[in-house]
Amino acid sequence: MRGWLRPHRLVLIALALALALWAGWSLRWDWIPRYWQLGVQGLWRTLWLLVLSVVIGFALAVPLGLAQAAGPRWLAAPARWFCTLIRGTPLLLQIWLIYYGIGSLFPQYPWIRQSDLWPLLRQAWPYALTALSLSYAGYEGEVMRGAFRAVPPGQLEAARAYGFSPFAVFRRIWLPQALARALPTLGGETVLQLKATPLVATITVIEVYAVASRVRQDTFIVYEPLILLALVYMAIAGLLALGFRVLERRYTRGLGH
Amino acid sequence: MLDWLHAVWPGLEATLALLSPQPPGWGGGLLRGALNSLVIALGAFGLGAVIGTFGALGKLGGGPVTRDLLAVYTTVVRAVPELILILLLYYAGTDLLNQVLALLGRRPVEISGVAAGIGVLGIVQGAYATEVLRGAIQAVPRGQLEAARAYGMSRVQTFRRVTFPAMLPLALPGLSNLWLIATKDTALLAVVGFSELTLETRQAAGSTRAYFTFFLAAGALYLMMTLVSGRVFGWLETRFRRGQAQVRP
Repeated sequence: MRGWLRPHRLVLIALALALALWAGWSLRWDWIPRYWQLGVQGLWRTLWLLVLSVVIGFALAVPLGLAQAAGPRWLAAPARWFCTLIRGTPLLLQIWLIYYGIGSLFPQYPWIRQSDLWPLLRQAWPYALTALSLSYAGYEGEVMRGAFRAVPPGQLEAARAYGFSPFAVFRRIWLPQALARALPTLGGETVLQLKATPLVATITVIEVYAVASRVRQDTFIVYEPLILLALVYMAIAGLLALGFRVLERRYTRGLGH
Repeated sequence: MLDWLHAVWPGLEATLALLSPQPPGWGGGLLRGALNSLVIALGAFGLGAVIGTFGALGKLGGGPVTRDLLAVYTTVVRAVPELILILLLYYAGTDLLNQVLALLGRRPVEISGVAAGIGVLGIVQGAYATEVLRGAIQAVPRGQLEAARAYGMSRVQTFRRVTFPAMLPLALPGLSNLWLIATKDTALLAVVGFSELTLETRQAAGSTRAYFTFFLAAGALYLMMTLVSGRVFGWLETRFRRGQAQVRP
């Protein structure tokens, strides 16, 4: 702490505090009470979109990575193509293709409209979640491919020599080591995923960015909602980075460097 | 040949008519949008590389204040969604420019979409490029720099003759990634209303209701850009790696 707090830093911190005080004093914040509830709901929606899409996307990324790293060619080639397609096109385009394209196909079929799933398919968030999950799966499939390849083959041979079944080799040896190696990258990618969530506001999912846009449209206040929003995202990104650092410290122990 | 295609895909003619470059078709608009995207991506990547070079040199050799300010810049840009940065920088940039113009007694101007897109995405790219180039410069062996100093080269000469060529192959994979991000980030400008590829596509798809045709066509255009640039960067990497010891078997 002593080494961090040097004289020039004190000056910079004082300047930043002065700037924050000036912003709090002279910018307009009177819209906050009116939109507070909406903002919290939006934040909640952003967070669960992030968590669900990361969980689903990662569950898809493990088989995608495994297929590319060790699968037969008829599995590896489609997995590689999926990753190239996702990584080669903008997420915004993917979101619009899924929402406007696939979403406009469903109402044509009466049996879909009469099914129990219809109330779900009429909303926007299932499409947003699908697009975000597929995107995460595409990027992380590539990361996991490298991570699976990086596990030394001797380890797998040793496990097999001990009589582990192929599934046990995967679950006890291969996956944990690949995960430990991929964790730093996954942390960065998860922050990128957080930064991608505001795009779903363009298909009418009211998350925290959409709330800020609404404040701007309703009140013509431009900067204040955007600045507050930037601070919110920075806080979430900081928490994510911290969480991944804890995970890394716990799971990379015993990994030879 | 064509009969066979028709049998498999009865809507082929309608699709081709929609995508034709002549006015009833929307192909010309898409291509113009793709060109706009490409120009913005190139400009933003170039601006980002310039900012990144100075940022990396500042982070490595600058004073304590410069270093802290650069750390704030890279941290903020890498933690805040691009969409928000684009809106903030776009509004703030236009406001600032017009206030300066008002002070000078000029009339306010409307910033062109392409210039604003390049400026905003360039600042975003600069933060990532700073980190990429800093890592690459740090990876240049110290002995090479000491040798250059021993030969009596000035700091500028050392950078131009030794550091830059030695770090380039190390920076290329990161830079290639950044270029891909730049091409895809141009799609975000659609939200602010610049007529690049994604917005043109959405307009075409919205007015013809042929969503799949247009979104898939635009996806193919983006994919073409990324695949071709992947090849170009691969070629550049092998070219600039010549004369360097192979790291991997």
